[in-house]
Amino acid sequence: MTNLLLLIPAALFLGLLGLAAFLWSLRSNQYDDLDGEAERILHEEPL
Amino acid sequence: MTDAAIPMMSGQESRPEARRTPAQDAPLRLAIPGMNCGGCVASIEAAVRALPGVADAKANLTRKTLTAEWTGGDLGEAAVIAALADVGFDAFPMDAVDPDDDAERRDLVMRMAVAGFASANVMLLSVSVWSGAEAATRDLLHWISAMIAVPAAAFAGRPFFASALNGLRAGRLNMDAPISVAVILAVGVSIAEVWQGGEDAYFDAAVMLLFLLLIGRWLDRTMRDRARSAAQALGRMVPSGAWVLGTDGAREYRDIADIRPGDAVQLSAGDRLPADGIVRAGKGTVDAALVTGESHPVIVSPGSRLDAGILSLDAGLTVEATRTGEDTSLAEIMRLCAAAEDRKSRLTRLADQAARIYAPAVHLIALVTFIGWLAVGASARDALLVAVAVLIVTCPCALGLAVPMAQAVASGTLFRRGILLKDGAALERLAKVDRVVFDKTGVLTGGALSITNVEALDNAALRRAMSLALHSTHPLAKAIADLGQARALEGFTASDIVETAGEGLAGAIAGKQARLGSAAWCGVPDTGVQTGLACWYVEEDGLRAEFRFEDSLRVDAGAVVRGMTEAGLRPSLLSGDRSDAVTRVGSSLGMAEIAGALRPEDKIARVEAWQASGESVLMVGDGINDAPALSAATVSMAPSSGSDIGRTASDLVFTGERLGAVTEAWHLARRTRRVILQNFALAAGYNAIAIPIAALGYAGPLVAAIAMSSSSLLVTLNALRLNGGAS
Repeated sequence: MTNLLLLIPAALFLGLLGLAAFLWSLRSNQYDDLDGEAERILHEEPL
Repeated sequence: MTDAAIPMMSGQESRPEARRTPAQDAPLRLAIPGMNCGGCVASIEAAVRALPGVADAKANLTRKTLTAEWTGGDLGEAAVIAALADVGFDAFPMDAVDPDDDAERRDLVMRMAVAGFASANVMLLSVSVWSGAEAATRDLLHWISAMIAVPAAAFAGRPFFASALNGLRAGRLNMDAPISVAVILAVGVSIAEVWQGGEDAYFDAAVMLLFLLLIGRWLDRTMRDRARSAAQALGRMVPSGAWVLGTDGAREYRDIADIRPGDAVQLSAGDRLPADGIVRAGKGTVDAALVTGESHPVIVSPGSRLDAGILSLDAGLTVEATRTGEDTSLAEIMRLCAAAEDRKSRLTRLADQAARIYAPAVHLIALVTFIGWLAVGASARDALLVAVAVLIVTCPCALGLAVPMAQAVASGTLFRRGILLKDGAALERLAKVDRVVFDKTGVLTGGALSITNVEALDNAALRRAMSLALHSTHPLAKAIADLGQARALEGFTASDIVETAGEGLAGAIAGKQARLGSAAWCGVPDTGVQTGLACWYVEEDGLRAEFRFEDSLRVDAGAVVRGMTEAGLRPSLLSGDRSDAVTRVGSSLGMAEIAGALRPEDKIARVEAWQASGESVLMVGDGINDAPALSAATVSMAPSSGSDIGRTASDLVFTGERLGAVTEAWHLARRTRRVILQNFALAAGYNAIAIPIAALGYAGPLVAAIAMSSSSLLVTLNALRLNGGAS
């Protein structure tokens, strides 16, 4: 019973972390151009 | 769930007359169909960023678009398009994205993510309960489930609640009504249960239901967005501006909205006329195929009247604008389209038909179960629990997924074959078609001209004529050059080439003076063949060759029309071209009914007369003159080479040279309809088994969860059969 008290919050916390990461990536337009990003990584950015 | 909560897109985007200003605040959006590699992205962005006045440019490879932010200055979209042409890419202006549209899609994904997270975690906790958690442990797990499920269901369920409410206000029960009732009751009853320390809670079922349904809704949405951006990327036919000759002789590029009656518009080869007008100076040939359906180039001279959208084939026409903007023949066509769209009776969508039977039936059964249990002496609490089990087990999600799943998979299959589907409901209408109406020019014919007297032409004369023809972009010259190249001939060197608009070419071929063009231009007696259908090649020493033309049918036109007749459809031909040409093409293809020389109004009238006699009409057309009939038809299809307005008015757009796309789409639509009906049957059959079990009180939360996911899976797998496969 006591291990549940520890494990359930831990599991939920990790799940929420994943959800938050997904929502953040969604909000920062990371799914707008999936093909483009795959290609962009191969090209050197002139800085 | 496929309730039209999302406004239909057809007829709402890419209004060609929409004003496009190089505004400093609105970002510029361009479609760049040729962008297909990482290198292209880099060079496109570099080229646009280098322009003064552009703050930032971002290319999107998935959508093949470019978005540029302005810093200020008076750089226009034309300058950006020119800069892109320099690096080798054709770009077309697009309508600005509707920010609400983007936000709505993102919103849907967010709700889906939350529902997914909640259903995974609640299911985990539920599994612990089902595997034997007792007393305090069970209550703890239930309470945690409630804390996850209640906010998640409230957030993820909003689109369904809102749509169900809208439906109720309009006085009808849509598929979202039983969904909303099931979710709200399941959550409510579960909370009451947990409060009293009971063992059955349906939190997992409630959030899983939402998750599965949101997937269906998202698929529906993605399908529409993809087709829309692809359709927009095809480019537009109506120019955004034109060169105007001022009174002082200076040339100025003016936006289409700033062209006024009386302005002298200068057309170069390949330009489209932005307004109705009268030719004031110059002589030349124009292509009216998209405007009137006329298949041959027309020769115009000062005094000729031209409609907006006509394509100039030669340089040097000056046209005085007579009617602009809202007054043009083009705007008149748009009004006809809108009126036809209004008159069209909306067919009830399959999902709505199903919901109309399903929603009241489910509610009635649940109510009867509740009363029945009370009648045999059960407590109100037990009776309610059983009624909720019935509501959940009847599982609208198999029904909710039945339609969008099938349509999304079918749309993906069509997409891979080069057919864009703008709205899933169009597939339902396409499946019931009994008459197919074709336009001639640009639909049955490929638009290119071919030479008819091929046997009479010897290679020596053809080779000399081709040497001259290679120097012109005129369609007749192109046809001659194509034939020469098909015979693997090589042109002689030609010099001193002069092209006289509307007449022909003159030049020196291998040292001999030669002319290619009309009979009068070549000094040959007229043989009576209609203008635009014949031309001559003459040399100073007496060599002569005549070329005769006709517009060539698409290679598979005959097979497609035959196939349709065999399948029991009635292929018909309605064209704006001259009656004799239309009759010749129509009867050679074996059309059921043929009519030529029709105005746009006549086309609508015929289509609507057929509809009034109970037929469902598929209209296949490309021109501006077809647009009203495309809007009026039950379902419509346009080739991607067609006019902007024609494509906008159509439900489907096909790319490529083959007319077979029409038959392919029809076959797939029929298969889709079959799969949807099978899905409904699956859902109904499953309900026939599940309802008695649930109503008798044998279905606990575990059975409900298994039943729900397995039936959804079954429906999805059945829909996936539409993926690929021969028609």
